[in-house]
Amino acid sequence: MARWTPERRRRTWIKGGFSVYYVIFLVFIYGPMFAMFVLSFQGRRGGTSFPMRGVSLHWWEKLIEPSTVGDLQGALMRSLILALIVMVITALFSTMLAMAFRKRFFGSDALFFTVMAGLMVPGVLLSLGLATMMRQLGIPTNWWSSGLGVHVVWTLPFGFLVMMAVFNRFDARLEEAARDMGADEWTVFKEVTLPLITPGIVAAGLFGFTLSYDEFARTTLLAGANNTLPLDINASMTQRIRPTLFALGTASTVFSLFMIGLFLVIYTALTRRLR
Amino acid sequence: MAVSVSTVDSTSKPPGDVELPTTPDDAERRVPPPALVGGTPAAPAGFAAVKADNREGGFPTLWLIAPATLWLLVFLVLPLLGIIVFSFWDTEGGKLIADPTLEHYRDYFYTEGFFDSESRNFLTLSVFIRTLGSTFYFTALVMVLCLIVGYPIAYFLAMQVGSFKWQMALFLLCMVPFWTSYLIRAVAWLPMLGRRGLLNELLLLTGVVDKPVSFLLYSEFGYVMALVQIYVVLGVGPIFFSLAKIDKAIIEAARDMGATPFQIFREIIGPLSLPGVAIGMIFIFVMLMGEFATAVVVYGGKASTTGTVILNYYAIANYPFAAVNALMLMLAMMIGVVIILRVVDIRKEL
Repeated sequence: MARWTPERRRRTWIKGGFSVYYVIFLVFIYGPMFAMFVLSFQGRRGGTSFPMRGVSLHWWEKLIEPSTVGDLQGALMRSLILALIVMVITALFSTMLAMAFRKRFFGSDALFFTVMAGLMVPGVLLSLGLATMMRQLGIPTNWWSSGLGVHVVWTLPFGFLVMMAVFNRFDARLEEAARDMGADEWTVFKEVTLPLITPGIVAAGLFGFTLSYDEFARTTLLAGANNTLPLDINASMTQRIRPTLFALGTASTVFSLFMIGLFLVIYTALTRRLR
Repeated sequence: MAVSVSTVDSTSKPPGDVELPTTPDDAERRVPPPALVGGTPAAPAGFAAVKADNREGGFPTLWLIAPATLWLLVFLVLPLLGIIVFSFWDTEGGKLIADPTLEHYRDYFYTEGFFDSESRNFLTLSVFIRTLGSTFYFTALVMVLCLIVGYPIAYFLAMQVGSFKWQMALFLLCMVPFWTSYLIRAVAWLPMLGRRGLLNELLLLTGVVDKPVSFLLYSEFGYVMALVQIYVVLGVGPIFFSLAKIDKAIIEAARDMGATPFQIFREIIGPLSLPGVAIGMIFIFVMLMGEFATAVVVYGGKASTTGTVILNYYAIANYPFAAVNALMLMLAMMIGVVIILRVVDIRKEL
């Protein structure tokens, strides 16, 4: 057994202090969401703050009723479909881009900064620019056209950075070997490259899906006639705030967490298979 | 197999010529190995050449970058250029017309009483510049707070947590909120901050105050707190990565030579984590400058940010003026990013 030297005692204290701070930090970032979760089960007569006046599923039932918060089911469906399309495009584009960036090519710096600009340019600017332009050209905005466009601009840099990191650690000799044995480019990609980078593609897809599913600023002016879920949430906030909103927020958050969990499971399963 | 085939390749011949027989006698007997059928033998020269140029092969670059590049042109570059162009256009009956004017810029900078011609003094700044200023002020404040709150977390994860598994698990736990809706996270502050909110209950319970205080919700305090909670995870990530890269041996060496913990931080850990700090701060900075939803939810729309100004002018179909505000916002952001990069040269540090 190690002796309790002053030095060791001091380090234990420091570590303990940091651990306590970490727990406080978690309470800080999760606390409000937890309060929202609890309040969504507010009693029939309760309001949007504590104390709880009984416990009920009243506000959850109201959420499912079609009339309460507009076309909620429709908004959810649109958000899901949009997130899935964004996921596929993000995974595809970021893989292709990262593969291109394994070589140097003319304009690679410019392209790199353009991709990164998608992360830097505020959503409200993109919304304004594209919405004004489409209005001028007489093209109607829609969640599946202009909305999809700016969502990919936002998610692509994340997926791209993930895939760049994947290819940085990639052993190109494996591909060389396959090529030397006479495999054509498609075979090399399908048999060698793709299986090795699949976990990365899943991670890029996760960014695509969740960031699109939650995106609000970029869709504000670009969703057209039909709202996505975040837009619907925002619209319901301009009315009187009821615990229904908390139920909606909780449901949406739980769904996000479920998706993250699902992606993590797929990711670990894939990396384990590689080893 | 791999060895035998690479010897075929290592005879220095131009690409595509590998199957050419070396002797006429060979020509009859030699059948290309099945793997080579239909394939383009890639590496032309010997081992050294393969090593030097392992970038040979792969799909054509143009095909790989074309779709994403086109997408970015249409949905990123053109809209931004559009903002610049439209800021000089005029409107007529809610429609943009290509009639170049600087009117909107004048409106942006000039307001009644802005310049006193008698005393030749600037009296007040225009309301739009002041809005941009207050956006900048809140951004800077929240950035600093995010750094103060987030840095110890990143430090704890990188330096104090021993096992890699735990490190990743605890880090992921911090990052999860990033993948949930920030709009909902802003909403979640409502039951916390109100007059009968949880924070008030807590204050009453601990006896800090004896009556519920009302300065929490729809106030600067609540607004800043919500922003810190929403954006702090963006700072923790990059700082954690730059701290985790530090070679622990350097710290051990410094400690062995008698450096105090403060000295170790000031001389080693601090400087080496600066790139992460800069990247995190740039993330937080650009997102906060374009922020508008939290201001509406938690601040009750009492104060406007440049983001809300832009949306308001879009709503009343004054597109050029919205564009001018957007351009000024972009300008302010560029200045901010340049300042951060002046403090830390990321390229040099990476």
